[in-house]
Amino acid sequence: MAKELWKGNEAIAEAAIRAGCDCFFGYPITPQSEVPEYMSVHLPEHGGVFVQSESEVAAINMVYGAAGAGMRAMTSSSSPGISLKQEGITYLAGAEVPAVIVNCMRGGPGLGTIQPAQGDYYQATRGGGNGDYRTVVLAPSNVQETVDFVQEAFDIADQYRNPVVILADGLIGQMMEPIEWKPIAKRDLPPKDWAACGRKGRDHHNVINSLFIDPEECNQLNNHLAEKYAEIAKNEVRWEEVECEDAELVITAYGTPARIALTALETLRADGIKAGLFRPITLWPFPEKALHELAAKEHVRAFLDVEMSSTGQMIDDVRLGVEGQKPISFLGQAGGVMPTVEEIIEAAKNALKEVK
Amino acid sequence: MAIVYEKSKGLTDAELHYCPGCNHGIIHKLVAESLVELGLLDDAIGVCPVGCSVFAYNYFSCDMLEAAHGRAPAVATGIKRTHPNQAVFTYQGDGDLASIGAAEIVHAAMRGEKFTTIFVNNAIYGMTGGQMAPTTLIGQRATTCQSGRTVEQAGMPIRMAEMLSTLDGCVYAERVCVTDIANINKAKKAIKKAFEKQMNREGFTFIEVLSTCPTNWGMTPLKATQWLKENMAAYYPLGVIKDSSAEVK
Repeated sequence: MAKELWKGNEAIAEAAIRAGCDCFFGYPITPQSEVPEYMSVHLPEHGGVFVQSESEVAAINMVYGAAGAGMRAMTSSSSPGISLKQEGITYLAGAEVPAVIVNCMRGGPGLGTIQPAQGDYYQATRGGGNGDYRTVVLAPSNVQETVDFVQEAFDIADQYRNPVVILADGLIGQMMEPIEWKPIAKRDLPPKDWAACGRKGRDHHNVINSLFIDPEECNQLNNHLAEKYAEIAKNEVRWEEVECEDAELVITAYGTPARIALTALETLRADGIKAGLFRPITLWPFPEKALHELAAKEHVRAFLDVEMSSTGQMIDDVRLGVEGQKPISFLGQAGGVMPTVEEIIEAAKNALKEVK
Repeated sequence: MAIVYEKSKGLTDAELHYCPGCNHGIIHKLVAESLVELGLLDDAIGVCPVGCSVFAYNYFSCDMLEAAHGRAPAVATGIKRTHPNQAVFTYQGDGDLASIGAAEIVHAAMRGEKFTTIFVNNAIYGMTGGQMAPTTLIGQRATTCQSGRTVEQAGMPIRMAEMLSTLDGCVYAERVCVTDIANINKAKKAIKKAFEKQMNREGFTFIEVLSTCPTNWGMTPLKATQWLKENMAAYYPLGVIKDSSAEVK
């Protein structure tokens, strides 16, 4: 199939339409506004529904309504808007309503900046709203992966009746790259016999609800969710290893910093430094076991975690995976400033010096 | 023997949890009967709020969704836009609709969303134990205005039916109460009319039902009914607030 040049955000919208997205509800925010713009034109052409909501809060609740009534529903936003959606996301999780949520992360905290950042890692991977829940978090690092993941996200959401987050960043949303519209393997999905879509002769009424006022019942829901999350963790964890077979220094990074790290690897290898890249693709479930096994290898001497976050967020999961077997250094830039290839090379060299 | 009266098929057999003298039971019945009589029940999808009627999903026999506090109009928008031929309604209280969900109800009305909102206004937060609502009357006591609501502290109470009527997308708004048989009949007629207009795709339809809260008003059911008639109906006038089809004629 021929490659086509697509802008990230428009490709996200087109991918959703190709995945059978029935409806999109969203609100303008930079740097993701091209998603609702594209949807407003093209989703109705495919018989779908587009509504520009009055707020992010309303958008996610429109998703809850449509998806609770059995539709494939999606919303997208960027960091401050995603904060507003957290209420709706916890209701989706509690009522087990599948939905796809795209976050083109920008710098924070607060209003921050409109440039790319990765400060929403905790929010995405730890639930984000109130209560014990998880969303599946897919972290693409180029436009091709983004369109592949968006398409698959609807199936993952439907399979587990759980919200799925595409955690991209402003760079992926704004840049243009050649992509291929590959056929995505369709999963064998259960019927949505739980949907509140009107009884139409059904012998019972369906209820979409996250209220379980009896503590025992609420505990049962939580136990059920915990079992479901364990199942997702078993089946859906994904990561990529690049030149890790003999690596002395392993860079951990996801999304945009991972592609910067790939360039850094070339220079490091040319300089005779055996560097590799461990790239988590699902941030939840995190590839903890794979990272643990890599850290146990004798040739691995040190890790360098690189993020578009000054404090480091994924580094907590990296530490849980490495579990003290090897030292972990950190390089982070935030607020729309990206770590450069040169900074990564320097930090990688320093990380190795410390263990010599 | 002929059956002259039976419980509406629009209601389940679940026992209502409402306090003695509360009007929710009557209002549930009227909504359920309206859906049945219009032949809409089997297709209908309802959205219930956070507040005293939070468990309404247990009582209505149609498919139901429980919304986050105030968000029912957004939830209903998602449902109705993707199920345009089915009856969709929200059932909301005054804290839910007029306070935390003010943006959602205003914008659903502005867009002319083709669903029906049943707004139960009892001038207080019932479920959380009697706090002041945006609809609490001046001088009315609540646990967060223990000497009575004042204009200085909280402004004047909000008249939602009138406010929403200023929006072109809202085609029908009527305020009713269920204090006696005559008013119950009027309320039923208004609810049915709202659903008919919804199914005619005319626009957003809104029925405000003034309702008692004997528990949190600190009154007997009879006294509460009297208080509603004398005080609430004086500030929140009963009757058709807006009917676009009547205006056209």
